[in-house]
Amino acid sequence: MPFRTLLCCILFLPFYSAQAAQGEWSGYIATEWRGFTSSPTDTQQHGDSTSLSAQAEYYREWNAGKQSFRFTPFLRIDGRDTQRSHFDLRELNWTTVHNSWELTAGIGKVFWGVTESQHLVDIINQTDLVESIDGEEKLGQALIKLTLIRDWGDVDLFLLPGFRERTFSSRVGRLRMAAAVDVNHPEYASSQGRDHIDAAIRWSKSIGDWDVGVSHFSGTSREPRFRSGMNNGRLVLTPIYETIDQTSLDLQATKDDWLWKLEWISRSGQGDRYTGVACGFEYTLYGISESPADVGLIAEYLFDDRKDAATTPFENDLFLGARLALNDEASSELLAGMIVDLDNSSRVMSVEASRRLGDNWKLNLEGRFFSNIDNRDSLASFENDDFIQLELAWYF
Amino acid sequence: MKPIKLLLSICLIISAPVSAASPEQQGLEIAKEADKRDSGFADSTADMTMLLRNRHGQESTRYIRLRTLEVEGDGDKSISIFDRPRDVKGTAFLSFTHKAGADDQWLYLPALKRVKRISSRNKSGSFMGSEFAYEDISSQEVEKYTYKYIKDDNCGTERCFVIERDPVDELSGYTRQLAWINKKEYRPEKIEFYDRKNALLKTLVYRGYQQYLGKYWRANEMFMENHQTGKTTLLSWKNYKFGNGLTARDFDRNSLKRAR
Repeated sequence: MPFRTLLCCILFLPFYSAQAAQGEWSGYIATEWRGFTSSPTDTQQHGDSTSLSAQAEYYREWNAGKQSFRFTPFLRIDGRDTQRSHFDLRELNWTTVHNSWELTAGIGKVFWGVTESQHLVDIINQTDLVESIDGEEKLGQALIKLTLIRDWGDVDLFLLPGFRERTFSSRVGRLRMAAAVDVNHPEYASSQGRDHIDAAIRWSKSIGDWDVGVSHFSGTSREPRFRSGMNNGRLVLTPIYETIDQTSLDLQATKDDWLWKLEWISRSGQGDRYTGVACGFEYTLYGISESPADVGLIAEYLFDDRKDAATTPFENDLFLGARLALNDEASSELLAGMIVDLDNSSRVMSVEASRRLGDNWKLNLEGRFFSNIDNRDSLASFENDDFIQLELAWYF
Repeated sequence: MKPIKLLLSICLIISAPVSAASPEQQGLEIAKEADKRDSGFADSTADMTMLLRNRHGQESTRYIRLRTLEVEGDGDKSISIFDRPRDVKGTAFLSFTHKAGADDQWLYLPALKRVKRISSRNKSGSFMGSEFAYEDISSQEVEKYTYKYIKDDNCGTERCFVIERDPVDELSGYTRQLAWINKKEYRPEKIEFYDRKNALLKTLVYRGYQQYLGKYWRANEMFMENHQTGKTTLLSWKNYKFGNGLTARDFDRNSLKRAR
């Protein structure tokens, strides 16, 4: 496959470059403990778990930074769920920078969007769902990305070969759906299956205190729909990856202490065309009671016009959250939030806190609590999966 | 005319060219001259170490690299790249300062590959947990203060103008600053910061000045002491380079994502 050849070339590129500056390694090794407050819904599912993860990054640049190479492998070994144990190349790419354009080829990670509770617009990379159910962890995506820099904005053109399937917990894993996902037998709407080459285009610009992005993606949906069936006498969910077209807008207005945010998508290819919206604000109070601490108040409304047929549990929901940053030497931070379903009052509460210990250690706390979950809500299978997670990471 | 009155008149006439300038005008002239002497460097890069110390003597260190681009007719553009602590390595901060109105600021979060536009209202907030506020480290434009000349004073072995600087922005954490400006070189030697209650909050001392390109003075060390908390921050600067040929392209959102 030509793209594999290209990747091999990229891998050896920094070693061919005669005037290459010294490369550098950085990264972390972390140990994680997850404790669940209740017994699992399905007796096959495990209890408390521990796991180990590590990520390294090698970076080398030459030609005064006009060319660079980046290699970021990631590994997790989970004590309970073999499907959560996985290796991924988050990045393996080469970038060349010119005055009016930039090109990146290889495996990379790209983020689009502005809101905090949902990332509707962000579509280039597949979600690494076993890492976190918040959808913020992503798998590396093979890509060729050309950025054109013009007075009227930046245009990013993407070619995305090699589809990545979403990761899911195994039958014994926690935070899984009502049945295990049959990850070994995904189905594709396209006859080319995972070899379908996706494409995307994005225009973005900062205009005064407005930041705007308009994008279009055409290719295999990162988000599958599911068909339930039987496999060896067990109920399984078969992921079906359809071919979609998604047009999106992301907008942020930065007006003094207020950040006004909007993400809007219109997608076709998964049944009828539908619209999804996430919009709201973040308001920051600086220097709480004469301390250096800041408090950010976040409110976001989440909408999907498929209503109950939506593949997301957040079709008419409200997110309310508060972010506390102590601005101390340890960079102590806390984000607490709640998503409430405005139709059936199902609630998901989350807490994320972190603090640096010394110069090289970091302690992360995460908790998710599901309450009052309606049987018909797609979060119903998580009802007994309230958990607290502690992670201690050492950075190098 | 009585002799005493005549003497008084003569005195007035002689002193007129000096006293015609009000303390406000004198202060502004000093600030303008300092700004003039520091302009024309085009761009600069430097490495900075921040040593934070609390009143119990506990220390922590941050490594940051800075790039600055002079912008004709407006405030400077700058990128700060964090190298340490290691958990924030790769985090970068892009700032467009403006002579008037709010600055534009973006933060790059490497773990998510996310560029986030942030509010620039947090002027008085701590920069990286240090005793330096954002407004202390951002580009010092003449228009950001009103001025008043106070007196001449000794500063070490040199002589200094002492001027009061009152922040124009009501979001500033200070009512006023007293700045000791070197009379010969028009560079700051010491600044006292007074909080919103007009109590002495912090003192910043510049040490080990070196001249670059035969014109631009840069301190090797800047020592900030917070008198109210007993905390201190020492900034040590290394590898100052001027005229690197940087352009606006090196200070856009794309370069922020690549900043190393």
